[in-house]
Amino acid sequence: MRTNVLDRIGALGDPTRRAVFELVAEKARPVGEIAGRLPVTRPAVSQHLKVLKEAGLVTSRANGTRRVYSIDHEGLAELRAYFERFWTKNLAAFKEAVERPAKEKQ
Amino acid sequence: MTTETTASTRVEVSVEVEAPIARAFEVFTAEIGTWWSPDHHILQADLKEMVFEPRAGGYVYDVGVDGSECRWARVLAYEPPHGVVFSWDISLAWQIETDPARTSEVQVRFVEVGAARTRVVVEHKHLDRHGDGWEQMRDAVGSPDGWGKGLAAFAARAAA
Repeated sequence: MRTNVLDRIGALGDPTRRAVFELVAEKARPVGEIAGRLPVTRPAVSQHLKVLKEAGLVTSRANGTRRVYSIDHEGLAELRAYFERFWTKNLAAFKEAVERPAKEKQ
Repeated sequence: MTTETTASTRVEVSVEVEAPIARAFEVFTAEIGTWWSPDHHILQADLKEMVFEPRAGGYVYDVGVDGSECRWARVLAYEPPHGVVFSWDISLAWQIETDPARTSEVQVRFVEVGAARTRVVVEHKHLDRHGDGWEQMRDAVGSPDGWGKGLAAFAARAAA
């Protein structure tokens, strides 16, 4: 579980790979369509997709003779969960600080 | 609490506090040092204070007891009492990130829901810009009981 999370974050470290990821995040797309929108070759896009797939960020399905790539919702959710926990904790402390004077007067 | 899809690279967390909007804004900014998680600082020295400069173009920074400073956010917008936006210049390795292209952004909105009640909405955007370094960040700040305590305190508070 832990290794998977680390892989996911590391997979987004490369700018081109992040661009590939963002295109797939917009909507499900085949490799050719992604390559057509970026200044990189189709094999390079395939390689980035492979890393993203191994990291659990994207998933693929066969559509006729093509493979269509889309977001792996479960993997991305873990990345977001970290910051959601951070802010939930921080805002709870903020709430206590804001309300402290009023409570003390009571 | 959140409405966006899981494909999003942002998180939104909100809380309602029993305080007028101006007071909520003041505590969030000028008095940030009274509530910011004590586990989340980059300074080597013990923390003396946190400073939130009240203007766009300013910084949010920590000051150590030895006088050292750590600027970890740029104030991008400062509009009391309704909102503030600052950059998150901290890498996932919990180090200062000097490349703005690899920083995320925190937008805070204050919404008056009553004379003495304010909703505070924190939106942390562009999380994917951080990229590498997840492991170090987890090691630095991800103590097993770190989050649990805060959430338990929040739950107790909410139930009271």
